[in-house]
Amino acid sequence: MSDTPVLRMESVRKTFGETVVLRDVDLEVAPHTVTALIGASGSGKSTLLRCANLLEDIDDGAIWLDDEEITDPRADQDAVRRRIGVVFQAYNLFPHMTVLENITLAPRRVHGVSRTEAEERARELLERLGLAGKAGEYPDRLSGGQQQRVAIVRALAVRPRLLLLDEITAALDPELVGEVLTVVRDLKDEGMTMVLATHEMGFARDVADQVCFLDSGVVLERGTAEELFGDPRQERTRRFLRRIVEAGRL
Amino acid sequence: MRVAKERSGQDGADDDGALTGGDGGGEDGYVPSRRRIDREAYKRARSRRATAIAAVSTLVTGAVLYLIVVNAPGWPRTKETFFDGEYAREALPKVLEGLWLNVRLLLICGAAVLVLGMLIAIARTLRGPVFFPLRVLAAAYTDFFRGLPLIINLMIVVLGVPALRLQGVTVDPVVLGGTALTLTYSAYVAEVFRAGIESVHPSQRAAARSLGLTNRQALRFVVLPQAVRRQVPPLLNDLVSLQKDTGLVSIGGAVDAVRAADIIVGRSLNYTPYIVAGLVFVALTIPMTRFTDWVTARMDRRRAQGGAL
Repeated sequence: MSDTPVLRMESVRKTFGETVVLRDVDLEVAPHTVTALIGASGSGKSTLLRCANLLEDIDDGAIWLDDEEITDPRADQDAVRRRIGVVFQAYNLFPHMTVLENITLAPRRVHGVSRTEAEERARELLERLGLAGKAGEYPDRLSGGQQQRVAIVRALAVRPRLLLLDEITAALDPELVGEVLTVVRDLKDEGMTMVLATHEMGFARDVADQVCFLDSGVVLERGTAEELFGDPRQERTRRFLRRIVEAGRL
Repeated sequence: MRVAKERSGQDGADDDGALTGGDGGGEDGYVPSRRRIDREAYKRARSRRATAIAAVSTLVTGAVLYLIVVNAPGWPRTKETFFDGEYAREALPKVLEGLWLNVRLLLICGAAVLVLGMLIAIARTLRGPVFFPLRVLAAAYTDFFRGLPLIINLMIVVLGVPALRLQGVTVDPVVLGGTALTLTYSAYVAEVFRAGIESVHPSQRAAARSLGLTNRQALRFVVLPQAVRRQVPPLLNDLVSLQKDTGLVSIGGAVDAVRAADIIVGRSLNYTPYIVAGLVFVALTIPMTRFTDWVTARMDRRRAQGGAL
Protein backbone atom coordinates (compact mmCIF):
# COMPACT_ATOMS: atom_id res chain seq x y z
CA MET A 1 0.00 0.00 0.00
CA SER A 2 2.88 2.34 -0.58
CA ASP A 3 1.51 3.61 -3.91
CA THR A 4 0.56 7.22 -4.29
CA PRO A 5 -2.76 7.82 -2.59
CA VAL A 6 -5.90 7.85 -4.74
CA LEU A 7 -7.22 10.82 -2.78
CA ARG A 8 -5.20 13.27 -0.75
CA MET A 9 -6.42 16.34 1.09
CA GLU A 10 -4.19 18.92 2.66
CA SER A 11 -5.28 21.67 5.05
CA VAL A 12 -8.74 21.83 3.53
CA ARG A 13 -10.93 24.61 4.85
CA LYS A 14 -14.57 25.11 3.96
CA THR A 15 -17.04 27.64 5.30
CA PHE A 16 -20.69 28.33 4.68
CA GLY A 17 -21.03 32.01 5.47
CA GLU A 18 -19.82 32.42 9.05
CA THR A 19 -19.84 28.72 9.84
CA VAL A 20 -16.57 26.87 9.48
CA VAL A 21 -17.54 23.40 8.29
CA LEU A 22 -14.08 21.94 7.65
CA ARG A 23 -10.94 23.16 9.39
CA ASP A 24 -7.43 22.10 8.39
CA VAL A 25 -8.51 18.68 7.18
CA ASP A 26 -5.77 16.30 6.01
CA LEU A 27 -6.63 12.95 4.54
CA GLU A 28 -4.88 10.23 2.59
CA VAL A 29 -6.70 7.34 0.97
CA ALA A 30 -4.45 4.58 -0.34
CA PRO A 31 -5.51 2.47 -3.33
CA HIS A 32 -7.84 -0.45 -2.57
CA THR A 33 -8.57 0.74 0.94
CA VAL A 34 -11.73 1.84 2.70
CA THR A 35 -11.81 4.98 4.79
CA ALA A 36 -14.74 5.53 7.11
CA LEU A 37 -15.66 9.01 8.31
CA ILE A 38 -17.55 8.95 11.58
CA GLY A 39 -18.84 11.69 13.82
CA ALA A 40 -22.04 13.39 14.88
CA SER A 41 -24.45 14.93 12.39
CA GLY A 42 -23.10 18.27 11.27
CA SER A 43 -19.50 17.35 11.97
CA GLY A 44 -18.59 17.84 8.29
CA LYS A 45 -18.55 14.28 6.92
CA SER A 46 -20.87 14.93 4.00
CA THR A 47 -19.26 18.26 3.18
CA LEU A 48 -15.88 16.56 3.04
CA LEU A 49 -17.21 14.11 0.46
CA ARG A 50 -18.89 16.84 -1.55
CA CYS A 51 -15.64 18.79 -1.62
CA ALA A 52 -13.75 15.71 -2.80
CA ASN A 53 -16.13 15.49 -5.74
CA LEU A 54 -15.98 19.25 -6.40
CA LEU A 55 -19.68 19.63 -5.73
CA GLU A 56 -18.50 22.29 -3.26
CA ASP A 57 -15.65 24.74 -3.74
CA ILE A 58 -13.17 24.71 -0.91
CA ASP A 59 -11.93 27.96 0.68
CA ASP A 60 -8.35 26.91 1.30
CA GLY A 61 -6.04 23.92 1.08
CA ALA A 62 -5.79 21.48 -1.78
CA ILE A 63 -7.14 18.12 -2.93
CA TRP A 64 -5.35 15.64 -5.20
CA LEU A 65 -6.81 12.76 -7.13
CA ASP A 66 -4.05 10.38 -8.27
CA ASP A 67 -1.46 13.13 -7.94
CA GLU A 68 -3.46 15.61 -9.99
CA GLU A 69 -4.48 18.69 -8.07
CA ILE A 70 -8.23 18.87 -8.67
CA THR A 71 -8.73 22.06 -6.69
CA ASP A 72 -6.55 23.90 -9.19
CA PRO A 73 -8.99 26.27 -10.88
CA ARG A 74 -7.55 25.21 -14.24
CA ALA A 75 -8.43 21.56 -13.65
CA ASP A 76 -11.24 20.13 -15.77
CA GLN A 77 -13.93 19.56 -13.15
CA ASP A 78 -16.08 17.37 -15.39
CA ALA A 79 -13.09 15.14 -16.11
CA VAL A 80 -12.40 14.83 -12.39
CA ARG A 81 -15.99 13.89 -11.57
CA ARG A 82 -15.91 11.25 -14.28
CA ARG A 83 -13.31 9.37 -12.26
CA ILE A 84 -15.24 9.56 -8.99
CA GLY A 85 -18.46 7.70 -8.25
CA VAL A 86 -20.86 9.08 -5.65
CA VAL A 87 -23.74 7.42 -3.86
CA PHE A 88 -26.02 9.78 -1.97
CA GLN A 89 -28.03 9.32 1.19
CA ALA A 90 -31.29 10.01 -0.66
CA TYR A 91 -30.28 7.85 -3.68
CA ASN A 92 -30.96 10.76 -6.10
CA LEU A 93 -32.04 8.43 -8.87
CA PHE A 94 -33.60 10.15 -11.88
CA PRO A 95 -37.34 9.54 -11.48
CA HIS A 96 -38.19 9.99 -15.16
CA MET A 97 -35.83 7.23 -16.27
CA THR A 98 -36.03 3.48 -15.85
CA VAL A 99 -33.40 1.72 -13.79
CA LEU A 100 -31.55 0.77 -16.96
CA GLU A 101 -31.66 4.34 -18.30
CA ASN A 102 -30.42 5.69 -14.98
CA ILE A 103 -27.44 3.39 -15.13
CA THR A 104 -26.52 3.78 -18.81
CA LEU A 105 -26.89 7.59 -18.95
CA ALA A 106 -23.33 8.41 -17.92
CA PRO A 107 -21.58 5.59 -19.81
CA ARG A 108 -23.39 6.56 -23.00
CA ARG A 109 -23.42 10.33 -22.78
CA VAL A 110 -20.19 10.99 -20.94
CA HIS A 111 -17.96 8.08 -21.85
CA GLY A 112 -19.25 7.43 -25.36
CA VAL A 113 -19.97 3.77 -24.74
CA SER A 114 -22.40 2.23 -27.23
CA ARG A 115 -25.92 1.54 -26.05
CA THR A 116 -25.59 -2.24 -26.37
CA GLU A 117 -22.34 -2.30 -24.47
CA ALA A 118 -23.61 0.03 -21.74
CA GLU A 119 -26.77 -2.01 -21.26
CA GLU A 120 -24.83 -5.23 -21.18
CA ARG A 121 -22.60 -3.97 -18.39
CA ALA A 122 -25.61 -2.49 -16.56
CA ARG A 123 -27.46 -5.81 -16.65
CA GLU A 124 -24.37 -7.63 -15.48
CA LEU A 125 -24.02 -5.30 -12.49
CA LEU A 126 -27.73 -5.46 -11.71
CA GLU A 127 -27.54 -9.22 -11.73
CA ARG A 128 -24.61 -9.18 -9.36
CA LEU A 129 -26.46 -6.93 -6.93
CA GLY A 130 -29.60 -9.05 -7.06
CA LEU A 131 -31.65 -6.65 -9.15
CA ALA A 132 -31.84 -8.64 -12.38
CA GLY A 133 -35.60 -8.25 -12.83
CA LYS A 134 -35.70 -4.52 -12.17
CA ALA A 135 -34.06 -3.06 -15.28
CA GLY A 136 -37.34 -1.80 -16.78
CA GLU A 137 -38.83 -0.41 -13.57
CA TYR A 138 -39.01 3.22 -12.57
CA PRO A 139 -37.23 4.10 -9.31
CA ASP A 140 -40.38 4.92 -7.36
CA ARG A 141 -41.56 1.35 -7.81
CA LEU A 142 -38.58 0.02 -5.87
CA SER A 143 -37.98 -0.29 -2.14
CA GLY A 144 -35.40 1.99 -0.54
CA GLY A 145 -32.82 -0.77 -0.39
CA GLN A 146 -33.35 -1.60 -4.05
CA GLN A 147 -33.12 2.07 -5.03
CA GLN A 148 -29.87 2.46 -3.13
CA ARG A 149 -28.42 -0.63 -4.80
CA VAL A 150 -29.41 0.81 -8.18
CA ALA A 151 -27.65 4.04 -7.19
CA ILE A 152 -24.54 2.00 -6.42
CA VAL A 153 -24.75 0.27 -9.78
CA ARG A 154 -25.15 3.67 -11.45
CA ALA A 155 -21.99 4.90 -9.75
CA LEU A 156 -20.09 1.72 -10.64
CA ALA A 157 -21.18 1.65 -14.28
CA VAL A 158 -18.47 4.13 -15.27
CA ARG A 159 -15.73 2.13 -13.51
CA PRO A 160 -14.74 4.93 -11.13
CA ARG A 161 -11.30 5.19 -9.58
CA LEU A 162 -12.81 6.17 -6.27
CA LEU A 163 -16.23 5.68 -4.75
CA LEU A 164 -17.70 8.15 -2.26
CA LEU A 165 -20.59 6.87 -0.15
CA ASP A 166 -22.50 9.52 1.77
CA GLU A 167 -24.46 7.89 4.62
CA ILE A 168 -25.99 5.54 2.13
CA THR A 169 -27.98 3.58 4.70
CA ALA A 170 -29.24 6.54 6.73
CA ALA A 171 -32.55 6.76 4.88
CA LEU A 172 -33.23 3.01 4.92
CA ASP A 173 -35.45 0.92 7.13
CA PRO A 174 -33.33 -1.19 9.48
CA GLU A 175 -34.11 -4.46 7.70
CA LEU A 176 -32.92 -3.02 4.38
CA VAL A 177 -29.57 -1.77 5.68
CA GLY A 178 -28.01 -5.21 5.50
CA GLU A 179 -28.56 -5.73 1.78
CA VAL A 180 -26.81 -2.45 0.98
CA LEU A 181 -23.88 -3.00 3.34
CA THR A 182 -23.30 -6.46 1.87
CA VAL A 183 -22.79 -4.81 -1.48
CA VAL A 184 -20.21 -2.43 -0.03
CA ARG A 185 -18.37 -5.35 1.59
CA ASP A 186 -18.23 -7.16 -1.74
CA LEU A 187 -16.85 -4.04 -3.41
CA LYS A 188 -14.11 -3.88 -0.82
CA ASP A 189 -13.19 -7.47 -1.54
CA GLU A 190 -12.90 -6.59 -5.21
CA GLY A 191 -10.42 -3.86 -4.37
CA MET A 192 -12.57 -0.75 -4.85
CA THR A 193 -11.16 2.34 -3.16
CA MET A 194 -13.89 3.94 -1.07
CA VAL A 195 -14.52 6.76 1.35
CA LEU A 196 -17.72 6.48 3.31
CA ALA A 197 -19.48 8.69 5.76
CA THR A 198 -21.50 6.49 8.06
CA HIS A 199 -23.45 6.14 11.28
CA GLU A 200 -23.16 2.35 11.14
CA MET A 201 -20.29 1.93 13.59
CA GLY A 202 -20.34 -1.85 13.53
CA PHE A 203 -20.02 -1.76 9.80
CA ALA A 204 -17.26 0.87 9.87
CA ARG A 205 -15.32 -1.31 12.30
CA ASP A 206 -15.67 -4.37 10.07
CA VAL A 207 -14.94 -2.87 6.73
CA ALA A 208 -12.70 0.18 7.19
CA ASP A 209 -8.91 0.16 6.91
CA GLN A 210 -8.83 3.68 8.22
CA VAL A 211 -11.34 5.44 10.45
CA CYS A 212 -11.46 9.21 10.90
CA PHE A 213 -13.45 10.80 13.69
CA LEU A 214 -14.68 14.26 12.73
CA ASP A 215 -15.71 16.75 15.35
CA SER A 216 -16.86 20.25 14.40
CA GLY A 217 -15.05 20.12 11.09
CA VAL A 218 -11.78 18.82 12.44
CA VAL A 219 -10.36 15.32 12.03
CA LEU A 220 -9.88 14.88 15.73
CA GLU A 221 -8.58 11.36 15.64
CA ARG A 222 -7.68 8.80 13.02
CA GLY A 223 -6.33 5.27 12.97
CA THR A 224 -7.15 1.71 12.11
CA ALA A 225 -10.55 0.46 13.14
CA GLU A 226 -9.03 -1.42 16.10
CA GLU A 227 -7.20 1.64 17.34
CA LEU A 228 -10.09 4.02 17.04
CA PHE A 229 -12.85 1.78 18.34
CA GLY A 230 -10.68 -0.24 20.73
CA ASP A 231 -8.54 2.43 22.30
CA PRO A 232 -9.60 5.96 21.44
CA ARG A 233 -7.10 8.51 22.70
CA GLN A 234 -9.24 11.63 22.62
CA GLU A 235 -11.79 12.32 25.30
CA ARG A 236 -14.33 13.52 22.70
CA THR A 237 -13.97 10.35 20.65
CA ARG A 238 -14.54 8.28 23.76
CA ARG A 239 -17.63 10.29 24.62
CA PHE A 240 -19.01 9.96 21.08
CA LEU A 241 -18.46 6.21 21.05
CA ARG A 242 -19.96 5.85 24.51
CA ARG A 243 -23.12 7.59 23.35
CA ILE A 244 -23.26 5.28 20.34
CA VAL A 245 -22.94 2.22 22.55
CA GLU A 246 -25.64 3.55 24.89
CA ALA A 247 -27.93 4.03 21.88
CA GLY A 248 -27.35 0.36 21.05
CA ARG A 249 -25.68 1.14 17.75
CA LEU A 250 -22.37 -0.62 18.36
CA MET B 1 -55.54 4.67 -8.93
CA ARG B 2 -57.31 1.43 -9.70
CA VAL B 3 -54.59 0.32 -12.09
CA ALA B 4 -51.87 0.94 -9.54
CA LYS B 5 -53.70 -1.14 -7.00
CA GLU B 6 -54.05 -4.09 -9.30
CA ARG B 7 -50.38 -4.01 -10.10
CA SER B 8 -49.27 -3.98 -6.51
CA GLY B 9 -51.51 -6.95 -5.88
CA GLN B 10 -49.64 -8.93 -8.53
CA ASP B 11 -46.23 -7.88 -7.36
CA GLY B 12 -46.88 -9.14 -3.87
CA ALA B 13 -47.16 -12.62 -5.28
CA ASP B 14 -43.96 -12.87 -7.25
CA ASP B 15 -41.13 -11.40 -5.22
CA ASP B 16 -39.98 -9.34 -2.30
CA GLY B 17 -40.93 -6.32 -4.38
CA ALA B 18 -42.30 -2.98 -3.42
CA LEU B 19 -45.63 -2.10 -1.89
CA THR B 20 -47.47 -5.33 -1.40
CA GLY B 21 -51.09 -4.38 -1.11
CA GLY B 22 -53.35 -6.57 0.96
CA ASP B 23 -56.49 -5.70 -0.95
CA GLY B 24 -58.87 -8.06 -2.62
CA GLY B 25 -58.84 -11.70 -3.45
CA GLY B 26 -56.39 -13.83 -5.30
CA GLU B 27 -55.27 -17.42 -5.29
CA ASP B 28 -55.40 -17.84 -1.52
CA GLY B 29 -59.04 -18.83 -1.37
CA TYR B 30 -60.12 -15.57 0.26
CA VAL B 31 -63.85 -15.21 0.88
CA PRO B 32 -65.17 -11.73 1.76
CA SER B 33 -66.49 -11.63 5.29
CA ARG B 34 -70.02 -10.63 6.28
CA ARG B 35 -68.51 -7.42 7.66
CA ARG B 36 -67.00 -6.45 4.34
CA ILE B 37 -70.18 -7.20 2.41
CA ASP B 38 -72.26 -5.09 4.79
CA ARG B 39 -69.78 -2.27 4.66
CA GLU B 40 -69.74 -2.23 0.88
CA ALA B 41 -73.52 -2.41 0.65
CA TYR B 42 -73.73 0.61 2.94
CA LYS B 43 -71.20 2.52 0.83
CA ARG B 44 -73.12 1.72 -2.37
CA ALA B 45 -76.39 2.91 -0.86
CA ARG B 46 -74.75 6.08 0.33
CA SER B 47 -73.26 6.83 -3.09
CA ARG B 48 -76.65 6.23 -4.79
CA ARG B 49 -78.19 8.70 -2.38
CA ALA B 50 -75.44 11.25 -3.13
CA THR B 51 -76.08 10.93 -6.87
CA ALA B 52 -79.79 11.47 -6.39
CA ILE B 53 -79.23 14.58 -4.27
CA ALA B 54 -76.81 15.98 -6.85
CA ALA B 55 -79.33 15.44 -9.66
CA VAL B 56 -82.18 17.13 -7.79
CA SER B 57 -79.98 20.03 -6.74
CA THR B 58 -78.79 20.56 -10.32
CA LEU B 59 -82.32 20.54 -11.67
CA VAL B 60 -83.54 23.03 -9.09
CA THR B 61 -80.58 25.37 -9.67
CA GLY B 62 -81.11 25.21 -13.44
CA ALA B 63 -84.84 25.88 -13.16
CA VAL B 64 -84.29 28.86 -10.83
CA LEU B 65 -81.70 30.42 -13.16
CA TYR B 66 -83.94 29.87 -16.16
CA LEU B 67 -86.91 31.50 -14.46
CA ILE B 68 -84.84 34.50 -13.36
CA VAL B 69 -83.55 35.12 -16.87
CA VAL B 70 -86.84 34.51 -18.64
CA ASN B 71 -88.79 36.73 -16.26
CA ALA B 72 -86.28 39.57 -16.47
CA PRO B 73 -87.97 42.74 -17.74
CA GLY B 74 -85.70 43.02 -20.78
CA TRP B 75 -85.73 39.35 -21.73
CA PRO B 76 -87.92 39.54 -24.90
CA ARG B 77 -85.70 42.27 -26.32
CA THR B 78 -82.48 40.49 -25.28
CA LYS B 79 -83.70 37.27 -26.80
CA GLU B 80 -84.29 39.03 -30.08
CA THR B 81 -80.88 40.72 -30.27
CA PHE B 82 -78.71 37.91 -28.87
CA PHE B 83 -80.49 34.65 -29.58
CA ASP B 84 -82.02 35.00 -33.01
CA GLY B 85 -82.11 31.65 -34.83
CA GLU B 86 -82.21 33.30 -38.25
CA TYR B 87 -79.02 35.26 -37.73
CA ALA B 88 -77.35 32.30 -36.02
CA ARG B 89 -77.89 30.18 -39.12
CA GLU B 90 -76.53 32.93 -41.31
CA ALA B 91 -73.48 33.52 -39.11
CA LEU B 92 -72.39 29.96 -38.44
CA PRO B 93 -70.80 29.11 -41.82
CA LYS B 94 -68.97 32.46 -41.95
CA VAL B 95 -67.77 32.10 -38.36
CA LEU B 96 -66.54 28.57 -38.97
CA GLU B 97 -64.70 29.75 -42.05
CA GLY B 98 -63.05 32.43 -39.93
CA LEU B 99 -62.29 29.88 -37.22
CA TRP B 100 -60.00 28.01 -39.58
CA LEU B 101 -57.72 31.05 -39.42
CA ASN B 102 -57.78 30.91 -35.61
CA VAL B 103 -56.87 27.24 -35.68
CA ARG B 104 -53.95 27.83 -38.03
CA LEU B 105 -52.76 30.71 -35.90
CA LEU B 106 -52.98 28.54 -32.81
CA LEU B 107 -50.92 25.75 -34.36
CA ILE B 108 -48.19 27.97 -35.75
CA CYS B 109 -48.00 30.41 -32.85
CA GLY B 110 -48.27 27.54 -30.35
CA ALA B 111 -45.23 25.81 -31.83
CA ALA B 112 -43.28 29.07 -32.04
CA VAL B 113 -44.21 29.97 -28.46
CA LEU B 114 -43.00 26.62 -27.10
CA VAL B 115 -39.65 26.92 -28.86
CA LEU B 116 -39.07 30.58 -28.05
CA GLY B 117 -40.32 30.18 -24.47
CA MET B 118 -37.96 27.26 -23.90
CA LEU B 119 -34.99 29.18 -25.32
CA ILE B 120 -35.71 32.17 -23.08
CA ALA B 121 -36.12 29.94 -20.03
CA ILE B 122 -32.81 28.20 -20.76
CA ALA B 123 -31.11 31.54 -21.35
CA ARG B 124 -32.22 32.63 -17.89
CA THR B 125 -30.69 29.57 -16.22
CA LEU B 126 -27.32 29.74 -17.99
CA ARG B 127 -24.35 30.33 -15.74
CA GLY B 128 -21.02 31.91 -16.46
CA PRO B 129 -19.97 35.44 -17.30
CA VAL B 130 -20.17 34.96 -21.08
CA PHE B 131 -23.91 34.56 -20.84
CA PHE B 132 -24.49 37.65 -18.72
CA PRO B 133 -25.97 39.77 -21.53
CA LEU B 134 -28.15 36.86 -22.62
CA ARG B 135 -29.47 36.40 -19.10
CA VAL B 136 -30.26 40.08 -18.76
CA LEU B 137 -31.95 40.20 -22.16
CA ALA B 138 -34.08 37.17 -21.37
CA ALA B 139 -35.11 38.62 -18.01
CA ALA B 140 -35.91 42.00 -19.56
CA TYR B 141 -37.91 40.32 -22.30
CA THR B 142 -40.13 38.37 -19.90
CA ASP B 143 -40.60 41.38 -17.63
CA PHE B 144 -41.61 43.59 -20.55
CA PHE B 145 -43.92 41.31 -22.46
CA ARG B 146 -45.63 39.88 -19.42
CA GLY B 147 -46.46 43.39 -18.30
CA LEU B 148 -47.49 44.79 -21.68
CA PRO B 149 -51.22 44.29 -22.31
CA LEU B 150 -51.69 41.97 -25.26
CA ILE B 151 -54.10 44.33 -26.97
CA ILE B 152 -51.56 47.16 -26.90
CA ASN B 153 -48.82 44.85 -28.11
CA LEU B 154 -51.09 43.84 -31.00
CA MET B 155 -51.86 47.44 -31.92
CA ILE B 156 -48.20 48.42 -31.86
CA VAL B 157 -47.14 45.51 -34.04
CA VAL B 158 -50.13 45.26 -36.36
CA LEU B 159 -50.61 49.00 -36.90
CA GLY B 160 -47.17 50.35 -36.06
CA VAL B 161 -44.96 48.10 -38.17
CA PRO B 162 -46.77 48.82 -41.49
CA ALA B 163 -46.56 52.54 -40.66
CA LEU B 164 -42.77 52.28 -40.77
CA ARG B 165 -43.02 51.37 -44.47
CA LEU B 166 -39.95 49.18 -44.24
CA GLN B 167 -38.86 47.53 -47.46
CA GLY B 168 -39.51 43.79 -47.51
CA VAL B 169 -41.36 43.71 -44.18
CA THR B 170 -44.81 42.24 -44.37
CA VAL B 171 -47.91 44.28 -43.70
CA ASP B 172 -50.11 41.18 -43.58
CA PRO B 173 -52.22 41.61 -40.42
CA VAL B 174 -52.32 37.85 -39.83
CA VAL B 175 -48.54 37.48 -39.83
CA LEU B 176 -48.08 40.58 -37.72
CA GLY B 177 -50.85 39.57 -35.34
CA GLY B 178 -49.35 36.12 -35.01
CA THR B 179 -45.99 37.72 -34.25
CA ALA B 180 -47.49 39.85 -31.50
CA LEU B 181 -49.22 36.84 -29.96
CA THR B 182 -45.98 34.87 -30.07
CA LEU B 183 -44.07 37.71 -28.41
CA THR B 184 -46.46 37.94 -25.47
CA TYR B 185 -47.11 34.24 -25.00
CA SER B 186 -43.42 33.32 -25.20
CA ALA B 187 -42.89 35.45 -22.12
CA TYR B 188 -45.60 33.57 -20.21
CA VAL B 189 -44.44 30.18 -21.37
CA ALA B 190 -40.80 31.01 -20.60
CA GLU B 191 -41.85 31.62 -17.00
CA VAL B 192 -43.72 28.32 -16.92
CA PHE B 193 -40.62 26.50 -18.16
CA ARG B 194 -38.39 28.37 -15.75
CA ALA B 195 -40.62 27.49 -12.82
CA GLY B 196 -40.38 23.88 -13.98
CA ILE B 197 -36.61 23.99 -14.20
CA GLU B 198 -36.37 25.48 -10.74
CA SER B 199 -38.78 22.93 -9.29
CA VAL B 200 -36.36 20.10 -10.04
CA HIS B 201 -34.52 19.48 -6.78
CA PRO B 202 -30.84 20.54 -6.78
CA SER B 203 -29.88 17.02 -5.71
CA GLN B 204 -30.87 15.83 -9.18
CA ARG B 205 -28.39 18.19 -10.74
CA ALA B 206 -25.77 17.18 -8.17
CA ALA B 207 -26.31 13.52 -9.02
CA ALA B 208 -25.97 14.26 -12.73
CA ARG B 209 -22.82 16.33 -12.25
CA SER B 210 -21.30 13.69 -9.98
CA LEU B 211 -21.69 11.21 -12.83
CA GLY B 212 -19.50 13.48 -14.93
CA LEU B 213 -22.26 15.06 -17.00
CA THR B 214 -21.52 18.62 -18.03
CA ASN B 215 -23.84 21.40 -17.00
CA ARG B 216 -25.48 21.31 -20.40
CA GLN B 217 -25.90 17.53 -20.37
CA ALA B 218 -27.37 17.67 -16.88
CA LEU B 219 -29.88 20.24 -18.12
CA ARG B 220 -30.75 18.28 -21.22
CA PHE B 221 -30.99 14.75 -19.89
CA VAL B 222 -31.96 15.22 -16.26
CA VAL B 223 -33.46 18.63 -15.50
CA LEU B 224 -35.44 19.56 -18.61
CA PRO B 225 -37.26 16.22 -19.07
CA GLN B 226 -38.51 16.42 -15.50
CA ALA B 227 -39.30 20.12 -15.76
CA VAL B 228 -41.31 19.76 -18.97
CA ARG B 229 -43.30 16.81 -17.67
CA ARG B 230 -44.29 18.69 -14.55
CA GLN B 231 -45.30 21.74 -16.57
CA VAL B 232 -47.54 20.02 -19.09
CA PRO B 233 -50.80 21.08 -17.40
CA PRO B 234 -49.90 24.80 -17.09
CA LEU B 235 -48.48 24.76 -20.62
CA LEU B 236 -51.68 23.39 -22.08
CA ASN B 237 -53.55 25.95 -20.02
CA ASP B 238 -51.57 28.70 -21.73
CA LEU B 239 -52.27 27.13 -25.10
CA VAL B 240 -56.02 27.19 -24.40
CA SER B 241 -55.65 30.83 -23.50
CA LEU B 242 -53.67 31.49 -26.70
CA GLN B 243 -56.40 29.80 -28.67
CA LYS B 244 -58.92 32.35 -27.46
CA ASP B 245 -56.59 35.27 -27.92
CA THR B 246 -56.04 34.43 -31.58
CA GLY B 247 -59.43 36.16 -31.90
CA LEU B 248 -57.68 39.46 -31.18
CA VAL B 249 -55.84 39.50 -34.52
CA SER B 250 -59.16 40.76 -35.90
CA ILE B 251 -58.18 44.26 -34.75
CA GLY B 252 -55.84 44.44 -37.74
CA GLY B 253 -58.65 43.52 -40.11
CA ALA B 254 -57.86 39.82 -40.55
CA VAL B 255 -61.08 37.89 -41.01
CA ASP B 256 -61.12 35.30 -38.26
CA ALA B 257 -64.16 33.94 -36.41
CA VAL B 258 -64.61 37.11 -34.35
CA ARG B 259 -64.23 39.41 -37.32
CA ALA B 260 -66.63 37.28 -39.38
CA ALA B 261 -69.24 37.72 -36.64
CA ASP B 262 -68.40 41.42 -36.41
CA ILE B 263 -69.13 41.96 -40.09
CA ILE B 264 -72.61 40.51 -39.79
CA VAL B 265 -73.29 42.44 -36.57
CA GLY B 266 -72.24 45.66 -38.25
CA ARG B 267 -74.69 45.05 -41.06
CA SER B 268 -77.67 43.77 -39.06
CA LEU B 269 -77.24 45.35 -35.62
CA ASN B 270 -78.10 41.95 -34.16
CA TYR B 271 -75.60 40.47 -31.71
CA THR B 272 -76.39 36.81 -32.25
CA PRO B 273 -73.25 36.22 -34.38
CA TYR B 274 -71.09 37.11 -31.34
CA ILE B 275 -72.84 34.44 -29.30
CA VAL B 276 -72.24 31.98 -32.14
CA ALA B 277 -68.54 32.89 -32.34
CA GLY B 278 -68.23 32.63 -28.56
CA LEU B 279 -69.82 29.19 -28.47
CA VAL B 280 -67.60 28.01 -31.31
CA PHE B 281 -64.52 29.02 -29.33
CA VAL B 282 -65.84 27.23 -26.25
CA ALA B 283 -66.48 24.14 -28.37
CA LEU B 284 -62.90 24.30 -29.60
CA THR B 285 -61.52 24.73 -26.07
CA ILE B 286 -63.33 21.81 -24.48
CA PRO B 287 -61.46 19.07 -26.40
CA MET B 288 -58.23 20.87 -25.54
CA THR B 289 -59.07 20.93 -21.84
CA ARG B 290 -60.08 17.28 -21.88
CA PHE B 291 -56.82 16.51 -23.66
CA THR B 292 -54.95 18.32 -20.86
CA ASP B 293 -56.70 16.21 -18.25
CA TRP B 294 -56.02 13.05 -20.20
CA VAL B 295 -52.33 13.81 -20.59
CA THR B 296 -51.98 14.60 -16.90
CA ALA B 297 -53.81 11.46 -15.85
CA ARG B 298 -51.79 9.32 -18.20
CA MET B 299 -48.54 10.74 -16.84
CA ASP B 300 -49.57 9.98 -13.26
CA ARG B 301 -50.66 6.49 -14.19
CA ARG B 302 -47.52 5.69 -16.08
CA ARG B 303 -45.37 6.71 -13.14
CA ALA B 304 -47.47 4.77 -10.68
CA GLN B 305 -47.40 1.74 -12.89
CA GLY B 306 -43.74 1.95 -13.70
CA GLY B 307 -44.14 0.00 -16.91
CA ALA B 308 -41.86 0.18 -19.91
CA LEU B 309 -41.57 3.57 -21.54
